[in-house]
This record gives sequence, structure tokens and C-alpha cells, in this order.
Amino acid sequence: MSTTTTFVGMPASAPPAHPAFPQAAREAVRDARLRGTLRHATHTIRAKRAAAVAEVSDWAALREAGRQIKDHTLRHLDRYLVQVEQAVTAAGGTVHWAADAAEANRIVTDLVKATGESEVVKVKSMTTQEIGLNEALEAAGIRAYETDLAELIVQLAHDRPSHILVPAIHRNRGEIRDIFRSEMGEWGRPAPEGLTDEPAELAEAARLHLREKFLRARVGISGANFMVAETGTLVVVESEGNGRMCLTLPETLISVVGIEKVVPTWRDLEVFLQTLPRSSTAERMNPYTSLWTGTTNSATADGPREFHLVLLDNGRTDALADTVGRQALRCIRCSACLNVCPVYERAGGHAYGSVYPGPIGAILSPQLRGTASGIDASLPYASSLCGACYEVCPVAIDIPEVLVHLRERVVQGGEAVRQGNRVVLRPARGHAAERAAMRAARWALTRPGVLRAGQRLAARSRRFAPRTLPGPGRAWTDSRDLPPLPAEPFRDWWQRTRGGKDTAR
Amino acid sequence: MRVALFLTCVNDTLYPDTGRAVVKLLTRLGVEVDFPTAQTCCGQAHYTTGYRHEAEPLARHFGEVFGGYEAIVTPSGSCGAMVRELYPRMGERARAEGRGEALAAALAPVAARTYELTEFLVDVLGVTDVGACYPHTVTYHPTCHGLRGLGLGERPRRLLRAVRGLELVELPGAEECCGFGGTFAVKNADVSAAMGTDKVRNAASTGAEVLCAADNSCLMHLGGLMTRLRTGMRPVHIAEILASTEEEPAA
Ligand code: SF4
Repeated sequence: MSTTTTFVGMPASAPPAHPAFPQAAREAVRDARLRGTLRHATHTIRAKRAAAVAEVSDWAALREAGRQIKDHTLRHLDRYLVQVEQAVTAAGGTVHWAADAAEANRIVTDLVKATGESEVVKVKSMTTQEIGLNEALEAAGIRAYETDLAELIVQLAHDRPSHILVPAIHRNRGEIRDIFRSEMGEWGRPAPEGLTDEPAELAEAARLHLREKFLRARVGISGANFMVAETGTLVVVESEGNGRMCLTLPETLISVVGIEKVVPTWRDLEVFLQTLPRSSTAERMNPYTSLWTGTTNSATADGPREFHLVLLDNGRTDALADTVGRQALRCIRCSACLNVCPVYERAGGHAYGSVYPGPIGAILSPQLRGTASGIDASLPYASSLCGACYEVCPVAIDIPEVLVHLRERVVQGGEAVRQGNRVVLRPARGHAAERAAMRAARWALTRPGVLRAGQRLAARSRRFAPRTLPGPGRAWTDSRDLPPLPAEPFRDWWQRTRGGKDTAR
Repeated sequence: MRVALFLTCVNDTLYPDTGRAVVKLLTRLGVEVDFPTAQTCCGQAHYTTGYRHEAEPLARHFGEVFGGYEAIVTPSGSCGAMVRELYPRMGERARAEGRGEALAAALAPVAARTYELTEFLVDVLGVTDVGACYPHTVTYHPTCHGLRGLGLGERPRRLLRAVRGLELVELPGAEECCGFGGTFAVKNADVSAAMGTDKVRNAASTGAEVLCAADNSCLMHLGGLMTRLRTGMRPVHIAEILASTEEEPAA
């Protein structure tokens, strides 16, 4: 971080050409079926979460403890990461450091190739989605099978995930049955004859399809919810048990984990193993919590035969350098913020152009990828700043605060750290007219006389006030009427009547 | 007690009736109201759209205009939250950027003395029955900055329940955002209108004649949708309901 330069290159992992958020959201807003599915799903989990959280008398204290543990760890991240590396190595594992997605993909691909295998089973993992690992493996002739039920649905449908926890939240039961019927045969064991859209039948079809893969697989790939620095223990929290299969059956396990997932001690888990399940699935405790330390060959003897940990940066240290934005790294990916978000509920997850949708995605993607692309520059504006996300976040991330901070970065540019270098960002394109208008408004509004003249002009010409506005104002009048202009602004009435003393009105 | 009315630029320009209602209501309760005519805008739209540096002169201007008053009352949850929650944050940021204490010092007094109207009535004046009469069926929408920013809680509903003739009906999904969100309404017009439409439908489902809120910005958005959707409901600011009496009913 020595020199100050103007950043002109592409972000670390440029998203593929994706329309800006408002355009991407427009389609979803008009899709009545999707709106219905999302509304039902988010409102159901929203109510359940509220009930699960209300049961805990010291929720506020747990939330604060979670915030502090994460802040402390992030402040001393360098130290804790070295501790993780030492502990994992001592327990027989191998640690790899990946600065970006390309490097992580290269490491994992080489590791799989070295085993001589051409297929792997995967535990649901946001991090491997973030780096596009499945695509990288496919390019190297390796097939990656997703084993989480919702992730399987997404993979079979050649679709993209639209939710952190429930990647197929945008699909209803009928669609899932159709996907199973038409696609399962392509990937392995076909769906049973006469499959209906009964949840139990769908689950059974997936179980049979996946069982075959678990028993055959020799390499498993996972992420992790937490890494405990003191012992080098990794933790995966899940509901289905499919993750447990992937973590225990294969001989080789490769875990790709973001560097912010470390916690110092086992005691710290106490906090998150309470707040995470209640916030995400509204469960008091999640059905499966898998923990492993190193390999079977070591003194701990509780891991796979071979274990590789790939520690991923991919923009995280850039975010860490930002005093306001860094709180996004506290996220434990519970998805509570998605489930309460009124914008997510209407726009759907795909509009966010990232594996991280919803409020957390709107503050994470523009930090991990930068604000150069159209979608990343529009994400900080994909919020009405209603604050519902902040209220439910179990690690108290003030998402509205970070959104406003990133808006500032978009429209005004300024100093930031990109790929480890301190740079001065130029303001994003397309905001010149807005910037001029804001400046003009500030000029007028610091001069009461000017404001008053404008108000009078508007009042006097109110008969000619248009019903529809030109330019950006059209976005208002396309769906909403304008309020009628009053005959006189308040300040004129105040002066004319000496604060109402001169008249009954 | 002498208080300054911070009406907000939106109310001053578009909703003078709300301003007159606040004056009438507070005067009736024995409060001496002043309207410093040098007031303009708190800078909220600038700040939340990302133009913090343009918002700073407006905040400083606010500090100069209102610095001398014991209490500053505003009939807007979002502008109230701007002054109380975000002005201190602006001061902190200026300090963190090495620009000294001046901004924080200029804003601290006004941040501490600013009250949203219902807060001022219940907490400072200690009244919930303000002697109002409003014989209509009303449903109340707690706007986000009032609800989650300032934590107004039950105050507005307690005030409304004490109004004679008023029947208060519960709004389904009350705590959900109406979709206004300042420049969000224009930048993400489709999502904003979809949120507003759901809010209006929920309000219409109650059978109330009036949708009440403590913020005219949200009501401007919802009112604009109501006429398009032909619901027959009216948006009315809470100040106008609380100012209404048997002798002088609200229009
Ligand atoms: S930001 Fe908070 S609420 Fe959202 S997923 Fe992360 S931890 Fe959960």
C-alpha cells in the first residue's frame, strides 16, 4: 500500500455483463408467480425467525458478543490466520493461500487432478460459488456434484442461486418436480417413475440420486462456517446431513474458506452456534454440526485421510482496509437480512448479479469486486434504507450505514484499497447530472431567499404544474400522481399572518 | 416553553397545512412556537444519496439557525432521524478525515435537542390526550425512520387512540417499508411502486378512510399511488388529526 494511483483496471473478479439493479429487478417485479413464491417463502421464515429469537432472553447480549468477537478477530486477523495455519498443519492438514478467485480455482483443480479423480462431491458453500469453482473444475474435465438439496435443484436446472440459504427459493414444488424428471437422468440416477410434487417424494428422489454419488466419491469439497484458530478446527453447520456425508466419506477433503471466517477459540463458537441457526432456519439448534481437526493420521484422528485448507482473500483485505465498510466482514451468512428485506422480496435474488444477494450482497459485492461495473455501482442504491436488515442482523452490521458510505464512493469517488493498493477512485459514470443537481440544490438551500423565490414561482404558476414530469422525474409520475401545489408555502403564511396570530387560519 | 418548529423543506413547500396544524396544536397546548425563517433543509436527501460533502453546509446552516433554541420540533420522522442520528455521524466522519472538531461541535447541540412531534408531545409535554376530535376511521403506518431510527414505538398510536371520535384500525404488515426511500423512489421506481402498492392494498383492506403517518414524504408516495389505484382513501399527517377539534375540524 505504498503509492497512490488512479485505479483504471478491472476489478479482481469482474462480474459478467449484468444489467444494473433497477433494470434487472424490473422483470422480477412483473413476474407474478415469482413474486408470490418469494413473498410466501420470505414471510414464512421471517415469522419463524422472530419467534425463535424472541425465545432467547439474552439475545441482545449474544448479538453484541458476536459483534465484538468478530471485530476483535478482524482487527488481529493476521495473527489469527497464522495461528490457523500452524494448528491445521500440526494436525496433518495442508494450508494454501489464495489471493483471488483464479488462484483458488487453480489450487483446487490441481489438488483434485493429483488424486487422479474426475468427479467430486460438494457441500453447500457460498465461497466456492463466489469464485466459480464448479465452472473452473468443469473446464479441467472434473465434474462437481452439488449435494445440498436446494443447490442440487439449481445445478440440475442450469440455474443460478437466488438466496444464501435456500438457493432455489425462486422455484415452487411443481417446477422442482419437472426439473428432477427431466434432468436427473443426465447426471446419474434418474427420478423415479410417476414422481409427484409431494415434498416427501421429492426429498426421497434426491436422496436416492445423491446416495450413489456419496458412496462413489473419493474427493469432497466444502466451505466452512467457522475456523477455530486455537486448534485449527473447521466447522460446518447444516440441516440435511448431506454435508456430513461429504465431509466424512471421501478420502480427500478440500475446504475453501474466506479469511474472515476465523474465530479465536471454541468458546467463541458458543455465541454463533446459538445465533446462527435461530437467525437462518429459525431452529434452536441446527440438526448437523460437523467439526474436524486435521486428518485421521494425526494425533486428533478425526478428519479425512488427506485435508487441504484453501484460505481465500478475493477482495476481503480491501474491504478490511475500509473503516466503515469492514463491518460487512462480520457476516455469518445467516440470510436473515434477505428474508426481511422488502426489496429482495420484490426483486428476487438474481437481480443482485452475485452469489450474495439481498442487503448483505448489496454491501459485500461492491466491496469485493469494486464499483466499476454497472451492477456493482447500482447495488448500494438497491435499498430504501428502511433498516429492517440491521434490526435482525445477529452480528449487528449497520447495513444502511455501509450502503450510504458506498453510495458516496460511487458518486464522489475517493480513496479506497483495491487489490492491496491504495487508489483514488474516480466517480462512477452516469452521475454527472445528479451531481450538478445536488450541488445546485445545496447552493439554493443554504440561501433561504433563493428557496423562497423558487417556492413562490411554483405557487404562482401552479395552474400550469404538469401531471407528468420529464427526465428522471418520469420515474415518479409513471406510477404515482404528484401532490397538488399549495397556493402559498408555509413560510409566506407564517409571515403574512405573524405565525397565525392575525387570522383564524 | 419556547420551541423552534423545523418544518422541513418538503412540508414548507408542499404541505403547509401540516405546518399550520403543528402551530395550532402546540399553541393549544401552551407552547410558544417560533418558525425561524432562515431554515431550509436538513440535507437528508444529499446525505443518503451519497453527497455527504454537499450535505455538510446544509447541516452547518441548520446548526446556525436552530442552535439557540431549547427544543426543536419536527413533524417528520426521517428528518428528525437525520438530525439526531446522522448529524453526529457526519461530525465523527469529519473528525476521522482530519478536519477537526468544528463540524461535530456545531451539530452536537441541535442533535441533542431535536424531537419528532409525537415524541415531543408524549415525552417532553407528557400528554397523550391533546384534546382532539376526528370522527373518522384511521389506520396508522409507522414509517421506517420513526419506527427503527427514532424508536417512536407506541407513541403515535397512543396519541391517536385518545382522539375523540377516531376509530383506529390495525394496518396489516405495518412495519414493512412503504417503498419511498428518498431518491430510491426514482432510482428504483419499479420496486418502490411495488412496495407502495402492497402498502396501499394493506391499508385499503382495513376499510379505513384515512391512512395516517408522521411523515409526509412517505404519504406523498402513498397518496400518489392511492389516486392511481382509486382506493378512495386519503393520506393525512398525524399533526392534522391531532390539531383537529370539534370547533375547528380538519378539512
Ligand atoms: S449481514 Fe447479518 S443478517 Fe445478513 S446474512 Fe450476514 S449475518 Fe445474517
